[in-house]
Amino acid sequence: MSFKITSRPIDPIELKRSLETDSAGACVTFEGWVRDHNDGAPVLALEYEAHAAIAEQEGAKIVGEALERFAVTVARCEHRVGKLAIGDCAVWVGVTSVHRGAAFDACRYIIDETKQRVPIWKKEHYRDGQSGWVNCATRADAPAAAPR
Amino acid sequence: MINVTARYFAAFRERAGRDRESLTTDARTAAELYAELSRKHGFADSMTRCKVAINDELAPWDVRLSAGDEVLFFPPVAGG
Repeated sequence: MSFKITSRPIDPIELKRSLETDSAGACVTFEGWVRDHNDGAPVLALEYEAHAAIAEQEGAKIVGEALERFAVTVARCEHRVGKLAIGDCAVWVGVTSVHRGAAFDACRYIIDETKQRVPIWKKEHYRDGQSGWVNCATRADAPAAAPR
Repeated sequence: MINVTARYFAAFRERAGRDRESLTTDARTAAELYAELSRKHGFADSMTRCKVAINDELAPWDVRLSAGDEVLFFPPVAGG
């Protein structure tokens, strides 16, 4: 599976091994980690939610586009869901190619498109006990809109 | 009027206080249904930043609704 949603910890070493091919001269990998702050607010933990079936369908499409656009040999992406702690790997992208340029470009393409298109949501838990969904204007605690 | 099921994810689920509901609506498209549900639940996200899926397939907002459709509302995504 070229794009996988998983609730288990991501193992970058094992994933990288799965890319190995004799024809590849370059390997570019990207790891997205949970950091301890966002927009100036201290973050304690993150929670990722996905619609797994549609996420894997759309993700596979993105990996397919990368294989078409760039001269790469193998490309894979794995995204974790559930509650993650600071330092955990949330997303991993790995690409191999004959020469380095295509691998860098394809890796960037896959992570950028994933962030924009794949139905995955991120909830931040802050040190002050509050939490919020990243990128969303809709808030659970906001007053309801007046009926029009 | 048709009967459809709306399903909510992430921020939409928390806002609506449920993950799905059965509705009788005169909305003809997913966009019209989103407008109706935004008024009902107070969804604040612009439709252009959200996505919709019909019966587990991503769909354009102007897709026509049919009786029995399951309509999935996705708030702005934030993977990575």
